Parts: sequence; C-alpha cells; structure tokens
Amino acid sequence: MKINVDEERCCGAGQCVMLAPEVFDQRDEDGIVMLLDAEPPAEQHGPVREAAEMCPAAAIRLSEGT
Amino acid sequence: MTTRPEADANSAHPFPDFPHPRSSACPFGVSPEMRALRDRGAVSRVRSWGGSTPWVVTSHAEQKALLADPRLSADFSHPGFPSPVDPEKAGRGRRDMSFVGMDDPEHARLRRMVSGVFTVKRMRALRPVVQKMTDDFIDSMLAGPRPADLVQALALPLPSLVISRLLGVPYEDHEFFQTNSRTIVSSVATAEARSTAHTNLAGYLDDLVARKTTDPGDDLLTQLGERVGAGELTRQQAASMGVLLLLGGHETTANMITLGTLLLLEHPGQLAAIREADDPKVIADAVEELLRYPSIVHLGRRRTALEDIDIAGETIRAGEGVILLSELANRDPSAFPDPDTLDLTRDARSHLAFGAGTHHCVGQPLARMELQILYPTLFCRVPTLRTAVETDQVPFKHDAVIYGVHELPVTW
Ligand code: HEM
Ligand code: SF4
Repeated sequence: MKINVDEERCCGAGQCVMLAPEVFDQRDEDGIVMLLDAEPPAEQHGPVREAAEMCPAAAIRLSEGT
Repeated sequence: MTTRPEADANSAHPFPDFPHPRSSACPFGVSPEMRALRDRGAVSRVRSWGGSTPWVVTSHAEQKALLADPRLSADFSHPGFPSPVDPEKAGRGRRDMSFVGMDDPEHARLRRMVSGVFTVKRMRALRPVVQKMTDDFIDSMLAGPRPADLVQALALPLPSLVISRLLGVPYEDHEFFQTNSRTIVSSVATAEARSTAHTNLAGYLDDLVARKTTDPGDDLLTQLGERVGAGELTRQQAASMGVLLLLGGHETTANMITLGTLLLLEHPGQLAAIREADDPKVIADAVEELLRYPSIVHLGRRRTALEDIDIAGETIRAGEGVILLSELANRDPSAFPDPDTLDLTRDARSHLAFGAGTHHCVGQPLARMELQILYPTLFCRVPTLRTAVETDQVPFKHDAVIYGVHELPVTW
C-alpha cells in the first residue's frame, strides 16, 4: 500500500490522526496532515483505509497492490 | 440538458416549493415535504424565494462528493448564490463572515491561520479545562432554583466560555463578551439589538487584537495580532475571524447540548448505556449518532456552480445555485441502515452534520470534545435529571437556520 496526501485539500480535521496515529500527524501551526509513513506495514492497512474513507476532505489517496 | 421534461411554475409539474419547516409531530426528523424531495432523485430542482429554482442534493454520496468539489463556490456574493433566508424578509445585507463565505485559495489562507488551534494534540490538552468548566456550570445550576433552563444554565455559557479562553478574552471581560454573544444568538432579541451586539463584539475584538500586541498571551488573538503586525491580515480581518469563531461555535454547540440531552432523556435504555460506559469509544460513538440524528445545521450548505457539473444523471449549469441537505444525507438509508432509528451504538461517523470538504467545520474537534464531556458528566452528576415539561410543550425553533429549542426547563 502506498499513501498519498493532498495538503491543498486537507482541512485539518485530524480524523486520520485519531484513526492511524502511527501513520498520520498534524502540523502544529495549522493542523494540516503530515504523512509519517507513506508505505505502512500490513497491520496499519485497516486503520489507514478507514482514515481515507473518513477523511472529510477526500485528501488521502491509496494505491493498493504491494 | 436533461432528458427529464423540464418543469416550471406554469407547467403541470412545477418544481416543489422549498424550504419546509420541521413538523411538530416529528421534532427530530425531517418534514414529509423535505423527505419527498428524496423521491425525486439524488439531485433535483426546487422553487424557492423570489422564484429562484436552485438544485437540491438529497443523497449522502453525492453530497460528500460535491462538498469536496472545487467547482462549487461558497461565496455569498455570487449572483446565483441560493440565500438561506428570504432576502425580502431579511432586510439587511449579509454581515462580514470572514472565510466561511470565501473560496480557496484565500479561504484556505485565512482558515489555516486559526485551524492549528483545533489539532488533536491541542484538544487533548484542553480536555481537563473543559471538564472543569462543565463541572462548575453544573455546580451553579444545582445550587440554583428548580426547574432550571438548561439553555441558559449550561448550553449557551459553556461553548462561549471555551471559545473566549481559546481566543484569549481576559477574565474581567467575560461578562461583556457573554452578554453580547448571547444577544446575537437570542431568538427574542430584536434585529436591532442583535445588530448592536454584533457591532459591540466586532469593535471589542478589534481593540483586543491591538491590546494583544503590547500584552501578548498564549492565545489565538495574540497569534492573529502578530500576523496583523507582519502585514498578512488587517486588524478588521482578524476581528471578523474572531467573531466567526465565536458565532460559529456558540449556538451550534448549545443546540446540540440541549437536543442531545432531550434525545437521551427520551431513550432511557440507551441513556443507561452512556451512564455506565467506561470505554470512551462508547461515548464517542454516541455523540456521532446524536449529531447525525437531528442534523441541526439544516436547510442546506449553500453553494453556486462555477462550471457545468454532471452528476446523478443531471447537469448543473455554471451559475446555478446548489443546496446540499445534510438532514437528508444523514437519513439516507444507503449510508445509514434503518436511518430513522436512533441507535447510539451504530457507526455514524460518516454523517455530514459538520459538512465536508474545504469548509468542513473547523471547530468540530472542539465541538466533539465538548459533547463527549458534557453528556456523561451531566447524567452522572445529575442522575435524576428530567424535563420539567412534556416533550410536546418544549418550544422547538421550527424555522431557525440552526435547529434547536428556545428553552429546556429541567429539574432533578
Ligand atoms: C455541534 C456543533 C457544531 C456544528 C453542528 C457545526 C456545523 C458546521 C457546519 C455544517 C459547517 C459547514 C458550513 C459550510 O459548509 O458552509 C461549519 C463550519 C464552520 N464552523 Fe462549525 N459547527 C459546530 C461547532 C463549531 C465550533 C465549536 C466552532 C468554533 C470554535 C465552529 C466554527 C466553524 C467555522 C469557523 C466554520 C467555517 C469553516 C470554513 O468555512 O472553512 N463550529 N460548522
Ligand atoms: S482526515 Fe483528511 S482533512 Fe483531516 S487531517 Fe487527515 S488528511 Fe487532513
């Protein structure tokens, strides 16, 4: 799984940070998403998919496969 | 255009009238007329004020997609913008509401000056402060006469105190700040009184931004003051962001406090689970369902199409108004099975009660935290809490832009 985040779209809602704190964080100054791990290990795939689904700004894109 | 025969006021199939107030028979649901809009499809046209014929979007999937679509503009000043109030009756023009009525990139530039306050980390740190404030308001309520009005005792003052703390309003000014903000959201105040209160607050915040440059604090107005100093903002822009944060989070949170309390009282079996819960996830899920079910910021997110948009078999033309009805999305059976049943254990997180996309409620992490603290604290500290009137005697705000109750007499 490879993750792409679109900082322009992100509205800083923090849903991803709550669902997958090992993969996503927020910048202190404006709450915009920071990707901690663009290719997370398998045990993170579930929470990451949920984060992508829940993101209110549709700012998280996943390419599955590997 | 579409293959569906175009209808207008003169034809046999006129567009249905819009909007319709909620019915007192079903205070937490949508009116039958609004519900009927769903039968006309995910996207259809209605007839509204002044003969305008905006589009309404009724389904969850299409609303979620459109709210994140930059081809829709939130700019109030657009000629096609579908006004949420009858312009004939409203009388006066829209006030300056800062970035909520702007499009990116300027919207994002301004919004990102305040969004850092609401990060997950900051909200965790603020939790004990909000818990203490909640306990203090409950103490005062319990020390006062019965019945008490939950709106005045808890629902309005709590969010106002929290946001004044974030903005950095000095303690000695709280009285002034609360009085004026209460007048603005009051349903009994005259339009004139509300307008005066708005001017008072905007003026006050403008002064406060200036004061913060000589007497800084660890707060949002100090940060905005620094940006004014750096030439990124005018003082007036900083003040109107302050007013937006205050107003955006005041009546909304207050109405969720009262409606959520009322819903819990009406479902004693489900309330018991909240009271006994020691897993924060149970409370968090319950709050999502309490947000979904009544959908208090109803009557639509309002937008104008900037380009032609093909969606759900229709074409919305550039310049046409679009109204996205969260109260219907949140009761869409394809998103929420058995949507008209309140079920505090369901997964309701994908509701659109906070909108979606670039204008998704910037204060939602705070609102969620306040509600997650408030309901369990209230029902644990006041286990015998009950309404002092029958539900059909509760004065609901049937035609208000933000749905709620005028007052909620409670006793214990
Ligand atoms: C339960 C309480 C709340 C509800 C139901 C709610 C609902 C909403 C909704 C539906 C929107 C989207 C408007 C649109 O798309 O046009 C919104 C935006 C906004 N809300 Fe909230 N809100 C709540 C609490 C708060 C709080 C506590 C604050 C501030 C501390 C706040 C500040 C704002 C602001 C500033 C915006 C504009 C965001 C933008 O345009 O980028 N809200 N809110
Ligand atoms: S959930 Fe989406 S909008 Fe929210 S911080 Fe993460 S990427 Fe940004």
